[in-house]
Amino acid sequence: MELGPYILLASLEGAVTAAVLALTAVGLALVFGVMRVVNIAHGEFFMLGAVIAWWVAQTVGGHPAIGFAAALVIAPLAVGGIAAAADMTILKRLDYDPERTIVATIGLLYILQQLTLMTYGPEARPVEAPFNQRIALPWIEHGEAGWQVIWPWGLGTTSYKLAVIGAAGAVLGGVWLMMARSRLGLVMRATQADRDMALAFGIPVERVYALVFGLGAGLAALAAVLIVPIQQAHYLMGADPLLLSFIVVIIGGLGSLPGTVLAAVLIGLSDGIISVFFSPTLAKIIATLLVGLVLVFRPEGLFGTRRR
Amino acid sequence: MSPETRRILALHGGLLVLLLGLQFVLPAYHHGNLARIMVLASYAIGYNILFGYTGLLSLGHALFFAAGMYGMGLTIQHAGFSPAPALLAGLLAGLLVSAGLAVLALRTSGVAFMIVTLMFAQAGYLSILYFGEYTRGDEGFVIQTAQRMLWGIDLSDPTNRYLAALLLFSVCLGLSLWLVRAPFGRVLVAIRENEERVRMLGYDTHAHKLGAMIVSGTISALAGAVYGLLFGYAGASFASVQYSIFPLLWVLLGGAGTVLGPFLGTLFMFYLIDLSSGLTTAYMLIAGVALVVLTLFAPQGLAGELRRRLWGWLP
Repeated sequence: MELGPYILLASLEGAVTAAVLALTAVGLALVFGVMRVVNIAHGEFFMLGAVIAWWVAQTVGGHPAIGFAAALVIAPLAVGGIAAAADMTILKRLDYDPERTIVATIGLLYILQQLTLMTYGPEARPVEAPFNQRIALPWIEHGEAGWQVIWPWGLGTTSYKLAVIGAAGAVLGGVWLMMARSRLGLVMRATQADRDMALAFGIPVERVYALVFGLGAGLAALAAVLIVPIQQAHYLMGADPLLLSFIVVIIGGLGSLPGTVLAAVLIGLSDGIISVFFSPTLAKIIATLLVGLVLVFRPEGLFGTRRR
Repeated sequence: MSPETRRILALHGGLLVLLLGLQFVLPAYHHGNLARIMVLASYAIGYNILFGYTGLLSLGHALFFAAGMYGMGLTIQHAGFSPAPALLAGLLAGLLVSAGLAVLALRTSGVAFMIVTLMFAQAGYLSILYFGEYTRGDEGFVIQTAQRMLWGIDLSDPTNRYLAALLLFSVCLGLSLWLVRAPFGRVLVAIRENEERVRMLGYDTHAHKLGAMIVSGTISALAGAVYGLLFGYAGASFASVQYSIFPLLWVLLGGAGTVLGPFLGTLFMFYLIDLSSGLTTAYMLIAGVALVVLTLFAPQGLAGELRRRLWGWLP
């Protein structure tokens, strides 16, 4: 394959990564934005989503679409519930002190990960996609007979991958609508702007926090359900989404949702294209250094606005 | 010498004498464990200077530990160094890396400081994997017995190893005890309690934090170099996030901001994990539960509780 089609293929794969990453990162950004809590266990909520999806699909049986649809509903709800419970039992009692909550969420990370290892085991297991037609893509090339459309071997995608991109876009739109237009979103934004004032106006801040923490984890779980037919469910799969979400949230301007989505698309796409040219380890080194340096020299994020 | 100083010297000196005595009575298994614990406790002592005394929570100390370990290991493996200059190389590597990271990371504070240290440590870990040709990545490399002869002393022999570990631990314990009672250490504690006020009193808080991070990182690197030399192995897992979390866990359990805390925490956690890894492969579960329970119920740790309830003079 020549370079042109190769890059098209890489950006298609990158778009899938970007879609899933945007969902995961928006969950993390929501929690950080509203609660000022850095959730190190976020990747484990992602992992739990994938594992629960496998378990649901396995239990329901029948046509893969039925199991997948059930997982799409059950996994985010279950993970959101677990997260809300963790918020009420642990984070609330720490008074959301930034440093102590980080230590506690590191503990939570190991608890969730190791409990999964004990129950689900160390194997990687796939979930079957509900539909998976292959779609070949054309490429225009200037050959001997002038411009012509060719169908390069290997250039293509699947209907499922396109559906993932569509679904992620729809959910992100829904989250935005909720934050910008609904009463619930208004309450969340009020809590974000000034916790004490919100409390004084009778907003049940603690319940809002539990809800936001659950919602953030649920978004990560949803992203995992979407990706699990492409990747497999494994108890250590949370590390990469955690790192990438951090990168996205920090570059996108901490806690800003549009910035987060923009950064996710940028990172997801460039991840696909960079890995064509560099080894994945080198790409990760560059990415982690970039996050560190952005935090040192531009703490408001690349797309964030400087607050005074 | 004030009675308080005498009491402090008696307690810490007593621990060292006890550890020396244990060398002759412990069965082989626990003898080996204790040598390992003393080296890891030295790492925790280094961590404690930054976290416990200065109040800066780093999530990237594995970078320093690994800098020492690889500074030592790579010079032995590829430059044919003997152990003494190799240890020095490890120490220097730790000094350089901690000074570099301190200059960058101390421009931030709080949560940003934690994330910056985490990210740079992760970049260091990935670099070790990336240069697998020299470091042999995850698999690591063994430092042969013949390469571990320090001035004619065979460090792979259990007794020598135990005594070397005790020597390192004594040096680190003494250094930390001296440091926290010296004016420099008092300023660090003051920074932890109220940085704004310390700055108003005319102290250069940035320079003090810089110094604390370099001392902390260099002690960690020394512990890493000695660990590699005594146990004859250097591997990428020592640079992973887990090894940044461990010293935090040990110090939290033992008591942040106490001289004895790091040792107590390392001792208890080592045996807790050792016992549970006999029962299940998911032994890190214990670490997770301990982290959550400690932050919730005992942020002071063991030695902190001792200080609060019994010995108010505990440094």
